Amino acid sequence: MPKKTYVAAIKDALAEEMRRDPNVFLIGEDVRLGVFAGTRGLHAEFGDRRVIDTPISELAVAGAGVGAAVTGLRPVVDLMFGTFLYLALDQIVQQAASARYMFGGQAKAPIVYMVQNGGGISAGAHHSQAVHPIFMNVPLLKVVMPSNPADAKGLLKAAIRDDNPVIFLSPLSITGLRGEVTDDDHIVPLGVGDMKRVGTDVTICAAGAMVQTALKASDALAKDGIEAEVIDPRTLKPWDEALVLDSVRKTGRFVAVDESKPICGAASEWVATVAEKAFTFLKAPPQRVSGQDVASPFSPVLERTVIPSADEVVAAVRRTFEKNRAGQDSRAKSHDLVLDS
Amino acid sequence: MDNDKTLDIYTRMLRIRRFEEQVGTLFAQGQLPGFVHLYIGEEAVAAGVCAALRDDDFIVSTHRGHGHVIAKGGDFSRMMAELFGKSTGYCKGKGGSMHIADFQIGMLGACGIVGGGIPMAVGAGLSAKYRGTDQVSVTFFGDGASNEGSFHESLNLAAVMKLPVLFVCENNQYGEFTPMERATSVRDIALRAQGYGIPGIIVDGTDALAVYDVAAKAVARARAGQGPTLIEAKTHRKGGHAEGEKAFLAGGVYRSPEELAEAQAKDPLAIMHRKMMDMNVIVPNALEELDHNITQAVVESVAFARQSPDPKPEAIYEDTWV
Repeated sequence: MPKKTYVAAIKDALAEEMRRDPNVFLIGEDVRLGVFAGTRGLHAEFGDRRVIDTPISELAVAGAGVGAAVTGLRPVVDLMFGTFLYLALDQIVQQAASARYMFGGQAKAPIVYMVQNGGGISAGAHHSQAVHPIFMNVPLLKVVMPSNPADAKGLLKAAIRDDNPVIFLSPLSITGLRGEVTDDDHIVPLGVGDMKRVGTDVTICAAGAMVQTALKASDALAKDGIEAEVIDPRTLKPWDEALVLDSVRKTGRFVAVDESKPICGAASEWVATVAEKAFTFLKAPPQRVSGQDVASPFSPVLERTVIPSADEVVAAVRRTFEKNRAGQDSRAKSHDLVLDS
Repeated sequence: MDNDKTLDIYTRMLRIRRFEEQVGTLFAQGQLPGFVHLYIGEEAVAAGVCAALRDDDFIVSTHRGHGHVIAKGGDFSRMMAELFGKSTGYCKGKGGSMHIADFQIGMLGACGIVGGGIPMAVGAGLSAKYRGTDQVSVTFFGDGASNEGSFHESLNLAAVMKLPVLFVCENNQYGEFTPMERATSVRDIALRAQGYGIPGIIVDGTDALAVYDVAAKAVARARAGQGPTLIEAKTHRKGGHAEGEKAFLAGGVYRSPEELAEAQAKDPLAIMHRKMMDMNVIVPNALEELDHNITQAVVESVAFARQSPDPKPEAIYEDTWV
């Protein structure tokens, strides 16, 4: 099987879907040249009509996508960085996500908003945020964050075929990650998670770039005889909670790893769900490993400190093995870092 | 202008007026949940523009949107039921006054956010161009919305892409309670078109026939692939920003007696009525019959709404994901 980068897989998905369905088109700032290469070369095949460069007008472009979607087209709107979604928030939340419901089912808005998400390349505060929890909190949006090239291809194809608005997030730090990608019509259904590592002792839930972090931590833990099961929800909303709960019922320990912030982050949702639905199976308090609650700093040293590391994941897993943890203050050490400094 | 078209425009205006008068009464009686923004005084704009459109053209509306729905051919009963929050309403009671839509007639929805509907109309225009039809898309908005970023981004986007879009500004001179001169840097919003290289046309928004004329020209231009037009229709709200605002404002006054008097004097329906009489478009008896029939239809819509069932609580999880 050929090995491809994450962005090459994105490009394959776009090209295949555009060939399959003439109503699929790509619109956004510099999609012809393709800032992240995921759209590069598509203009040569599909031309001006279907690969549309726009002004730097995130709000209008996001809203224009809704207008096109509710009148029968399937736009893929490339807004480049997750943080640029903030500029388009009104149109995404109030129009794309709400149209179908507030109009009593008259409309459907099959639209994909595609961006890079999170940090890791010293892009600074305005280009490095993990924005997914904001969209997880928006009713009737789907939120997807693939962790590898094959999933990226399969999930993007599924997102384009979905009749609902989808936020498609490519983790910024793994756009060059290589993996095996088939050339066939590979579809990964939205809402279905994947077990990235089988284990018996602790369940680690992680998505996007954090899957690599969790796998690295799992290798370290294995040397000490702790076998972690790593679950990647792949779709953050709606998410495959059954897969996580089944695993927790088996392992009895749970660690949630997410690059976004600790307050109302993805990890918060995962831990809350496990606490609510699998509490009696837990042998220790579930743990969160989240990004530090600060803006994204520029310095590589500082940025590494903000983004969850494999060492922090290892430490969190170890806390679930400490004796008599239940009932004690189990705040993750990582969360105290800022307060202590 | 032939008589049929003139009567058509007048009929759209009268339908709006009678519906809105009834809504005002119902609101004052406390029969409607939420709040409503009436279109009385601005009828000439929606009627004049929509009379220049085909059934398959698109419109996107505002928080003051009842007039646009009616002018595009909307159904009184489904509208009224929606205002009552009933399951038989256009949006099954999930939308309300500010979110009425009728996709069957190209009415892509009212919008509770000032300026929020404008980009969507640009997208509908993009869609028409992409699909190779000659449909046009119209976005109505107020003078207040012309200070939103969505307005400026949308004009530029539609201009560079040469999209078949009419930007119709209903300048009623107030953004909520703030007069235009305190909020807007230009006297004429049409001037803003120059900044985007598109035509900006001012029209008397109380003169429905004049509105129709400029709209028809802009529509023809859009259909011919020559791009968008900004139309500024200068008009007046006869009533408040929202019904019941006197109680809300607790005695606060924001409109001068002179401007209020002007708004009352320049009633677009009365102006159109005089023109119809002057032009012998219709005999008085027939006009009375038209008014009677419309009034009767409004009354029936209220009965329909009252008799309609409320949505069942479990309906909250209907119309979610496709």
